[in-house]
Amino acid sequence: MSAHQENINYLKARKGFLNWIVTVDHKRIGLMYLASIIFFFIAGGTYAFLFRMELWSPLQGFMTSDTYNHLFTMHGVIMVFLVVVPGIPGALGNFLLPIQLGAKDLAFPKLNITSLYLYWGGATLALFSLTQGRADSGWTFYAPYSLSQNPAVLWMLTAAFILGFSSILTGLNFIVTIHKMRAPGMTWFRLPLFVWALYATGIMQVFATPVLAITLVLLLVENFLHIGIFDPALGGDPIMMQHFFWFYSHPAVYIIVVPAFGVVSELIATFSRKTIFGYKFIAFSSVAITIIGFLVWGHHMFVAGQSDVAVTIFSFLTFFTAVPSAIKVFNWTTTLYQGSIKLTTPMLYALQFLFNFTIGGLTGIILGILSVDIHLHDTYFVVSHFHYVAMGSTMIAFIGGIYYWWPKMTGKMFNETWGRIGAVLVFIGFNVTFFVQLIMGSQGSPRRYYHYLDQFQIYHQISTVGVVILALGLFTALFNLLISLRTGATAPQNPWGARTLEWTHAATPPVLYNFTETPIVTEGPYDYPVEKV
Amino acid sequence: MAETIVPQEHEVAHHFDDLEQEFQSHRMGMWLFLASEIMMFGALLVGGFILMYRFPGAFAEGRAHLDWRLGTINTFFLLTSGYTMALAAMHGQRGNQSAVRRNLWLSLLFAAGFLVVKFFEYSAKFHHGTLPGKYFTAAGFSDPHAHVFFGFYFVATGLHVLHVLIGMGLMVWCLFVSRKVKFTRAYITPVEMSGLYWALIDLVWFILFPLLYLVG
Repeated sequence: MSAHQENINYLKARKGFLNWIVTVDHKRIGLMYLASIIFFFIAGGTYAFLFRMELWSPLQGFMTSDTYNHLFTMHGVIMVFLVVVPGIPGALGNFLLPIQLGAKDLAFPKLNITSLYLYWGGATLALFSLTQGRADSGWTFYAPYSLSQNPAVLWMLTAAFILGFSSILTGLNFIVTIHKMRAPGMTWFRLPLFVWALYATGIMQVFATPVLAITLVLLLVENFLHIGIFDPALGGDPIMMQHFFWFYSHPAVYIIVVPAFGVVSELIATFSRKTIFGYKFIAFSSVAITIIGFLVWGHHMFVAGQSDVAVTIFSFLTFFTAVPSAIKVFNWTTTLYQGSIKLTTPMLYALQFLFNFTIGGLTGIILGILSVDIHLHDTYFVVSHFHYVAMGSTMIAFIGGIYYWWPKMTGKMFNETWGRIGAVLVFIGFNVTFFVQLIMGSQGSPRRYYHYLDQFQIYHQISTVGVVILALGLFTALFNLLISLRTGATAPQNPWGARTLEWTHAATPPVLYNFTETPIVTEGPYDYPVEKV
Repeated sequence: MAETIVPQEHEVAHHFDDLEQEFQSHRMGMWLFLASEIMMFGALLVGGFILMYRFPGAFAEGRAHLDWRLGTINTFFLLTSGYTMALAAMHGQRGNQSAVRRNLWLSLLFAAGFLVVKFFEYSAKFHHGTLPGKYFTAAGFSDPHAHVFFGFYFVATGLHVLHVLIGMGLMVWCLFVSRKVKFTRAYITPVEMSGLYWALIDLVWFILFPLLYLVG
């Protein structure tokens, strides 16, 4: 390749559709993840939209109960395995990690495109399962629901298995890259906090996902061979399946939310124009959450039958995770204090995140209380809690991150007014949808019910109205970005005045190998000039 | 003909600064992958122990139907192939290309020996009907859950055999690489990584062998 080609931007360096599909450039892979994830976010969102419409009335509306079970299963599987788990690492992490480290690419570029192919493969199987019947086991694949030899469920299990490997390989690639590919002068405590968050996430991906893989294999084996591992009818133990499943899926919650912590750390520092408060505390609290996160899975099973000792320990450790989470929230809030705050679109999402994550985190503490959980277990309170984390925190931070790095990725500025309108609509829509679910859950309304009691209708209707507002906000946000591709002004190298390498040293959009010469790092990622008051 | 190709020095990939960084990255990546594999087999073994605890009679009776002598022969095959893989890596570092290839071939041979023994074990089980779950047709078992033992036996050893096949594939790949690239003290990555992977296969077998054939 000529020196000329290396110095033109990555979008133009090699032309043609095929060059995108077989690329090993982490930036293009990131963009392909982004497009795929947006596609599945719309698909998963459509399912949710449809069953929320159905829930307008407590009796049968326009779909049967079987269809309803199928829709919430598809919503769960798609949103968890195809959107929030791969979301921020796959799209933003891939694009940014090497640039933020001052590297030319991830440590294993071919492995990186392999992860994307596995993602596409798993996604294809998940879609294929739609033609094989109706998956209705819920996204948790609990036995015996998942042991009915329903071909759609079997295909879905296989899809989740493949997607697991995509996740493991991404995590592995990120950890090695962070250890071995840092530019000269890029010490561990000069890493942007987004990188620290991806590091913690990578550890969970590598160590927790294989347990999901073997669980899914055992479920498939049980379906085909009837061994008696998980199936109670054969002497198996369905609770064992739940232990195995949550050993992965609780860390998976942190795989989902920890990258969002990283994004928000970048947004808040940049738009407060201040050195982030408590850098090391934010960095290490991600690692602390990772470690404790491996030891709390039993809190999903307080009413499933565990010893008193086990539930007490799980409850205590669950409270304990609140400590590093709260450390983060306090540090972000303190960073805002006396900052030079700019309420740009990305910052509006970061502030929403603070609001939603506080609710999502505190409701988690409530659910961790043994006595209270007996009442709240399997109610809408739980549904609302994890949506405050997965949607209200992770997806909100993800959208904020997409807005923040959009100019870097595409070279175009978006329309700020429409961006803010979208952000406000999303905030209102999300909270209208899910806050009432906390109320009806606290009153005992069970989750996943098709026919519900009349007394909950008003809450369901408010929630459904919220979903319409939320959808409006999300499409406003999306179209604003898409329109900017055609009409947006050309983005300068550093439109936000940020201090991390992708803004200070890389062109907009970056060149093929990110930098024309390897940057030499001499200061921290948030060393904003101190302004006299 | 390909015979005329002279092995060349390895070229560092475009995104690495030097051989050292490239090697360190590959080694770390491999160790992380092995950690991930250990979590997977670890979970499987935990499941096995729980089943053993739930169905002690089935496990005792099932074990009596496995031939510990065949298991011992296979342990010998795997241990020896692990040794020859280590020798291959050592000779690679000394730049002794033909010794690398010789030891890779030896490793392949012992790995194939493992598979041959495994084939006879499996075919005997198909013959006797000591198969997993609903395919269990063997007569003369007193414990009603004997099929659970054979279910676990086939899942665990089947997953292990799959890894053996992948490991042998890696050895073949190393043999191909050795025709094109010269192994040196600084560049031994393919052989070293395949050797690490092979060590994991050994390790898993050292737990499966006593658990399935010997204990109790």
